[in-house]
Amino acid sequence: MFRKLHDPGAQTVTIFIDGRPVPAELGESVAAVLLRQPEAWCRTTPISESPRAPYCMMGVCFECLVEVDGLASVQGCLTPVRNGMRVARQQGPRSLSA
Amino acid sequence: MNANETDLLIVGAGPAGMAAAVTARSQGLSVRVLDDQPAPGGQIWRAIETVAETPRIARLGEAYRAGADRAAAFRACGALYEPESQLWQIEPGFRAFLTQQGRARSVTARAVILATGAQERPAPFPGWTLPGVLTVGAAQILLKTADSVPTSPVWIAGCGPLPLLYMTQLLAAGGQIAGFLDTTPRGRLGAALRHLPQGLGLLADLAKGLSWSLALRRAGFPIIRHVAELRAEGEGRLESLHYRAEDGREGEVAAEVLLVHEGVVPNIHAPLALGCAVSWHAGQHCYVPDLDSWGETSQPNVFVAGDGAGVGGAEAAEPRGRIAALRVAARLGTLGEGAAESAARPERGRLSRALALRPFLDALYAPRPQVFAPADETLVCRCEEVTAGELRARAVQGRPGPNQIKAFTRAGMGPCQGRQCGYTMAHIIATAQNRPVEEVGFYRIRPPLKPVTLGELASLDEREPAA
Ligand code: FES
Repeated sequence: MFRKLHDPGAQTVTIFIDGRPVPAELGESVAAVLLRQPEAWCRTTPISESPRAPYCMMGVCFECLVEVDGLASVQGCLTPVRNGMRVARQQGPRSLSA
Repeated sequence: MNANETDLLIVGAGPAGMAAAVTARSQGLSVRVLDDQPAPGGQIWRAIETVAETPRIARLGEAYRAGADRAAAFRACGALYEPESQLWQIEPGFRAFLTQQGRARSVTARAVILATGAQERPAPFPGWTLPGVLTVGAAQILLKTADSVPTSPVWIAGCGPLPLLYMTQLLAAGGQIAGFLDTTPRGRLGAALRHLPQGLGLLADLAKGLSWSLALRRAGFPIIRHVAELRAEGEGRLESLHYRAEDGREGEVAAEVLLVHEGVVPNIHAPLALGCAVSWHAGQHCYVPDLDSWGETSQPNVFVAGDGAGVGGAEAAEPRGRIAALRVAARLGTLGEGAAESAARPERGRLSRALALRPFLDALYAPRPQVFAPADETLVCRCEEVTAGELRARAVQGRPGPNQIKAFTRAGMGPCQGRQCGYTMAHIIATAQNRPVEEVGFYRIRPPLKPVTLGELASLDEREPAA
């Protein structure tokens, strides 16, 4: 859906999306990396389980919810990547306790 | 003083928040700045510190470049800056609750400046929830923070300065535009011209807008005027989009990405949750907090500065931030009333110059009526998947307001808490009940302002602020 215009060089890190390693650049958000993937969605809705992808990129729409390092319902657009970060697409209802 | 106590708590590190922090520090106040973003700049100067170090700065334009100095001054001012922290409640007095890195805690302050800016106006149409539909603002953030552009030529639909600015930035970055669906209704320029002020200084702004338009026309992509309706279609992702113009011309085109924008509205969730009075702004079609000439709300010592006070752009945000900070300094006794008054005078001048072009822009880019009257099949509440048709059916049974329909349908109860459906809900009710929208009101906003998990609540150490 989106592509990166420059090679991040020394800033490149690896994050894992549903277990698959993907390159990312320090300083960018989890949502920005997701939008560069062939499957650019990040969660399914609790009601119809339809896929959603980041929409506003500024923290207001909550479409970018993912699981980050085991923590559920994290806003991907507000979360900068870290090397080795584990991101899982969130399916269905959000968990209140995680 | 306890480490969690500050004179002034500022929420938001955009133009208004940074300017307020620098001013308050220069008046000897202790200042804490919370921001949900990882770096200062707000949306207008997103990622400015990182991008300023790269050649990419050139293609984002002069107004963006100006943020580098502001961020540097803010970093140096001695305010306690806490990025990546989400405010979710403020109690009178003030005690603010926030989450940082999955842990909740609270801090106290004697005065609060809410500088939480604006969001793009929710503009629902069938298919707007499909992956591949994003806002123009989102795409601009991707350009600034991740140097990313749409993979294939992109469709852009909307109205206002932001689509024009983004399109010029995208072309400068080597991106491609499939077409622009201009949703500005026919006859707007004539209506707007009578708001054109006499000030010569504003010609520069107008010339800038004109130069964008000319550059875009030269780029040669199709521009379709007076688009009134949009529909996005696809299985699990955007595949095509359908548009209809005012004169009935229709088109259907293949699309992987569609960027939409129908102006911006102030973020009023925090003032509403704090019980601050708001009023309908007829020119900007949204609620704005009731503020005195210092930016103080109906709640003593709670101020709103920046676009949250009514959309005015970065040039208005900075003086608003400084004016509020001067008043706080006077309240807390580090600055005399008279001194605050004279320091505020030039800032008020800057503010009124910055706002002079607003009535013109508001009239020119007022949202088309269809934004507020989506087709029945349209999902209005993205979170709870409630359609316009369901809301309409409820709105005619008795005379319910937004809060009753919220209880009936769950619209507005999801994690975004009405940030995407609140205004559409108000307009649907107003039309169904034949009332003016300003009379319908908005959702009652209760804390937490952002969803808080039980885990975060459990991490809250109650003894902390009292220690
Ligand atoms: S994309 Fe809207 S909240 Fe993250």
